[in-house]
Amino acid sequence: VKSARGSHASMVGSPIDLASVLGKIRRGEDGAVVTFEGVVRNQTRGRKTLYLEYEAYEEMALRQMEGLAEQALREFAIREVAMVHRLGRLEIGETSVLIVVASAHRAAGFEACRWLIDTLKRTVPIWKKEYFEDGAVWADGEPFPGDISVGNLTGAGSTGPGDASKLGVRD
Amino acid sequence: MRVQVLFFGMLKDVTGKSSAAFDVRDGATISDLLLDLEAIIPAIKKSLPSLAIAVNREYAGAETKLKPEDEIALLPPVSGGSR
Repeated sequence: VKSARGSHASMVGSPIDLASVLGKIRRGEDGAVVTFEGVVRNQTRGRKTLYLEYEAYEEMALRQMEGLAEQALREFAIREVAMVHRLGRLEIGETSVLIVVASAHRAAGFEACRWLIDTLKRTVPIWKKEYFEDGAVWADGEPFPGDISVGNLTGAGSTGPGDASKLGVRD
Repeated sequence: MRVQVLFFGMLKDVTGKSSAAFDVRDGATISDLLLDLEAIIPAIKKSLPSLAIAVNREYAGAETKLKPEDEIALLPPVSGGSR
C-alpha cells in the first residue's frame, strides 16, 4: 500500500477492503457516509471483457488524489474523505476504485463523492487496458480539461503560438 | 541538457519503452521537446493533441521552461476507475 502524505489517498495492489476503510472513517458526529465503488464490468459495447489491468504514474496519481481530497474538504460541507485505487490485474466484479465521504448531512456527501469520482476520472494519471478474447486495448480516456491538455499546440492542426496562452499551468 | 521522458498507457506500446533520456537545448520549453519527440517518433504525432504533460509530477503548460534532470511525463487521456 502506498499512501500520500496527508493520507486521504492510497493505491493498493490487492483487493480493496471496504469494511476496513469504512471502519476507520466513521465517527459519532457523522450523519451520512456515502460510498462509491467503481467495479470491473463484464463487457464493453457488447464485447466480452476477460479482465482489466490498471497502471498509474503512481507518485503523481497519489499527489493528485490527495489534492482532490483536500479540495473536496475545503469546498463541501463534509468531515472526511478516503480514496483508494487498485492497480494491476483485476477480475470481473472486483472494485477498482473506492471513494468514501463522511459528513453530518447526506446532500454534501453525495455531491462531494460525485465530484471526486468525476474529477478523478479526468485528471488522475491512471490508465486501464481491457483484455478481450481476441486482444487487448487501452481504454479511451476522458478528454483532459482544457487547461491541462496539450490541445493542438503541435502537429497537425496547429494554429500557431496563440494556442499556448490557453495552456495555463494547473493551479 | 538532458531530461527524462516518461511514457504511459498506449504511448508505452507505441514507443516500446516506458522512459528515455533526451538532450534538449538550454532554455527549451515543453513545446520544443514535443516537436523534437514528434520528429524522432512520428508514431506519437497522432496522439499529441489529446495528451497532458507533467513536469516533475505536476501538470505543466506548453511554455514551461525545462531544467536539467526534469522528469517529463506524456500522459494519454486517463481512464481510472470504472464506468
